[in-house]
Amino acid sequence: MQTHQHEVIIVGGGGSGLMAALYASRTTDVAVISKLYPTRSHTGAAQGGIGAALGNLEEDRPEWHTYDTVKGSDYLGDQDAIEFMCHEAPQIVYELEHMGLPFSRTKDGRIAQRPFGGHTNNITGKPVTRACYAADRTGHMILQTLYQQSIKNNVAFYDEFQVLDLIRTNEGIAGVVALEIATGEMHIFHSKAVIFATGGWGRVWEITSNAYAYTGDGVAIALRNGIPLEDMEFFQFHPTGIYKMGILITEGVRGEGGVLINGEGERFMAREEYAPNVKELASRDVVSRAMYLEMKAGRGINGKRYIYLDVTPETVNKYAAIDGRTRPDGSPYVVTAEEILGKLPDIIDFCETYLGINPVVEPMPVQPTAHYGMGGIPTNKYGQVVIDSQNTPLPGFFAVGENACISVHGSNRLGTNSLLDLVVFGKHSGLKAAEYAKSAGYIPLPKDPAAAVAEQFEALRNANGSERISDIAREMKEVMFEHVGVFRVEEGMSEALEKIRELKQRFKNISVDDRGMKFNMDILNAWELSNLLDIAEVTTASALARKESRGAHARDDYTERDDENWMKHTLAWLDEDGVRLDYKPVVFTKFEPKKRVY
Amino acid sequence: MQQITLKLFRYNPETDKKPHYDTFRVDAEPTDRVLDLLEKVKGYQDGTLSFRRSCAHGVCGSCAMRINGMNRLACKTLIQDLGTKKITVEPILGLPVLKDMIVDMDPFFDHYKSVMPYFVNDEPPPARERLQSPEERARFDDTTKCILCGACTTSCPSFWANEQYVGPAAIVNAHRFIFDSRDRAAAERLQILNDQFGVYPCHTIFNCTTACPREIQVTKAIGEVKKAIATGRVE
Repeated sequence: MQTHQHEVIIVGGGGSGLMAALYASRTTDVAVISKLYPTRSHTGAAQGGIGAALGNLEEDRPEWHTYDTVKGSDYLGDQDAIEFMCHEAPQIVYELEHMGLPFSRTKDGRIAQRPFGGHTNNITGKPVTRACYAADRTGHMILQTLYQQSIKNNVAFYDEFQVLDLIRTNEGIAGVVALEIATGEMHIFHSKAVIFATGGWGRVWEITSNAYAYTGDGVAIALRNGIPLEDMEFFQFHPTGIYKMGILITEGVRGEGGVLINGEGERFMAREEYAPNVKELASRDVVSRAMYLEMKAGRGINGKRYIYLDVTPETVNKYAAIDGRTRPDGSPYVVTAEEILGKLPDIIDFCETYLGINPVVEPMPVQPTAHYGMGGIPTNKYGQVVIDSQNTPLPGFFAVGENACISVHGSNRLGTNSLLDLVVFGKHSGLKAAEYAKSAGYIPLPKDPAAAVAEQFEALRNANGSERISDIAREMKEVMFEHVGVFRVEEGMSEALEKIRELKQRFKNISVDDRGMKFNMDILNAWELSNLLDIAEVTTASALARKESRGAHARDDYTERDDENWMKHTLAWLDEDGVRLDYKPVVFTKFEPKKRVY
Repeated sequence: MQQITLKLFRYNPETDKKPHYDTFRVDAEPTDRVLDLLEKVKGYQDGTLSFRRSCAHGVCGSCAMRINGMNRLACKTLIQDLGTKKITVEPILGLPVLKDMIVDMDPFFDHYKSVMPYFVNDEPPPARERLQSPEERARFDDTTKCILCGACTTSCPSFWANEQYVGPAAIVNAHRFIFDSRDRAAAERLQILNDQFGVYPCHTIFNCTTACPREIQVTKAIGEVKKAIATGRVE
C-alpha cells in the first residue's frame, strides 16, 4: 500500500475543486484526487450562465442579487453567506475572464448577460440580465478554463482515483483513503487539510439531468464518519429536462423568450395562481410545481407527462409582444431563428440528436428532472465543515460546491448560482485550507487507516448473493422519483423510506460479476449504489420530518410555509438504527421573511 | 422494441493473453443510445464489461468508442442512427487498451499539455473584463467546444502511424488560444507546432472532422494553424 503526503488534499476535479486547488496551491503543496479525468466533471454540463450583477446591459446591483437569492431560497438561505457570495460575484467573474474564459460578448465587447429565473430588478420587479454566459456552454468553459490554469500552475493530479474514506481521528481529519481504479490498489493520502468537492447525488432519482458519476460519494463518506448532512430534503427539480431522458434544457431558453405551453395550448405560467408577473422566469421550484399540477390535471401534451417548451421565433415574438418585453435599448424584443441558434447551439444539438427535432421549428417536450442538491455537508462561508447545531468545526475538514451546504441556496437554488457558488467558495475554501495547513501540523496516521474499506471492498469483490445491483438501483430511483420528488405526502414518503430500508437489506445479498483488480467498475458501481441508498434514506427521513412546504420541499398535506416551527436547518446523522435529526437556526441579516410571489 | 446484436471487444489484462469479441443480444428502442445498450449488458448480462462514461449527453467526453468502425461518443449515438441491428463496439485506436473499451488516455493528455493549452497574458488586467468584440470572440469559437474525448486524434492515420504526432485535439486546443485576441503566447505555440511531430504529419485526411462529436471543423483549424506558421501571421 502506497502512502502519499500533501499538505492539502482536494477530492474532486470539477469547478469548485479546481478553483480551490488554484488558490491553495499558491502557498501550499496541494493534490487533487478525482475519480474522473477532471475535464469529465459535471460542472461541464452547466449551460446557461453564472450570476453576477455586472450591469453590462442594464442597471443591476449585488444587493438585488442578494435579495433575489434570499427570496429564491424561500428564506432558508443564510443571509450572511448569500450577501458575501453576491458581492464577490462581479469580481470573481472578472477574474475568470482574466484567466481567459471565453464569455460571449455584447456589442461593446463586454461580457454578455441574459435574464434567468428569479433574477429581477428589485425596483420594477421585472427580469434583469444578470446571467453571464458563454453561449449555452458556460459550465464547459469554466471547467476547461480552470483545468487549463491548473496545468499552467502545475497542480498535482491523481486522476481516476476513487476516494473511499476519510481518515478521522480524535484530533481531526488526517487524510483520505483512495482506490487507484486502474490497479485496484488502496492508497493512503496523509494531509493537514482535506477539501471535499465531490459534487451531487442526482442519480438517486429516475429522471435526472445528472451524470452517472453523480453518486454523492463525498456526502456518503461524511455520513459514515459521523458527520451530519444539512437540509437534505431540499433537492431541486429543474423544470425543463428532455422528456423521459432528463437531459437538461437550460433556463436560458426561457431567458431568451421561450415559453411553456400545456396540452390545451395555454401559456399556463401567466395564470394568477402561478407567476403572473415573471411567468416562465419564476424560480425553478415554482415552475416545476406548476408543470406538475398541469400534468396531474390532465393538461400535459396529449394528456401525457410532459409540457412543451417553445422557443420558435413565432411563439417567442408573440408572447414578448403580449408581455411588452423590450431590449435594454428600449426597442421591442423580436428574435430571429439565427439569433436563437447562435445563443443556444448546444440545446439545438441535443434536440436534434436525441429528439430528432429542431427547436426553432418545433417545441421541445420537457418534464421536471432531478437536478441539484441544496443540502450537503454543513460548512461556514470559508468552507470549514461544522458538525452540530452549535456550528462546531471539525479541524482539517472542508467542503465546497454541490456537496457542501453553506447554506447559500436554502430550500431552492436560483439558476446560475451553482456556478457562482463553485468559484466563490472554491476560492475561499482553498485560501482557508492553505492558511489552516500553514498553521497546523500533520495529525499522525492511525494504524492501518485503510483496513475498514479494504475489508469492505474485499467483501464486495467476493459478493456472491442473489441480488443484482441494477435491480436495486432501478427500484430506488423509481420510488424516490414517485414519492420524494416535486410533490410529497406523508404516506408516500413513509412507503419510500420503508422501501429504501428494504433495498439496503437486499444490498447485503448482492452479487458482482467482476472479481478482478484492474478497472473493476462493477465493484465501484456497487459501492456508489451503497452511497445513493444512504443518501436516499437521509433525504426521505429529513423530508418526512419537515411538516411544511418550503422551496423544493412541497407537501400536499402541509401546503404552507410554517416559519414559526420550521424556519430552521435540518441536520441528519445516519446511525446504526436509522436517521437522527437535529436543527439549527437560519442566519438573518437584512431580509425579513415574506410570502414569495413571482 | 427490437433486438440488437452487440459485438463487443473484450480484453481483461488479468485473464486474457489477447483480445476477443463477445456477442450479446439486447432489446432496444430505436432512440436508445449505444451507451444505454452497454449499460444493459453490464447491468443484466455481464458485469465485467468495462467502459468509461459520465454525463450521457455528449458533453463530458468520457465514452469515445469505435462504433461500427467509426469513432463516436456512445452516449451521442442512437441505435436508429446506425441503420442496422448489428452493432460492433471497440476501443478507440492508437492508444494502449487497458481493459475492454478503456484505453490509456495519458499519452493523449500529454500531447494536449505540450501545446500550452492555457491562456497567457501577463499584462496587468483592467479592473473589469478585458474587452473583446463579438467578431474577435467568434474567431476562435469553434475550437472552444472541444471536450477532449480523443475521437479525432484516435481516428487519424498519421497518429496511428506515429504516436509522437501531437494529433488533432492538441492542435485544436492550441488554435483556441492562438486565435484569441486577448492571448499573448501565439508565437510560442506556433513554434511548438512548427515541428516534425507538430502540424506536419497532418495530411488533411479529414477523419478527425468526421469523428468530432462536437462538430468542430478540425481540419480547417489545423489548416489555419499551418497557415499561421507559414506566414508568421495570425489572422
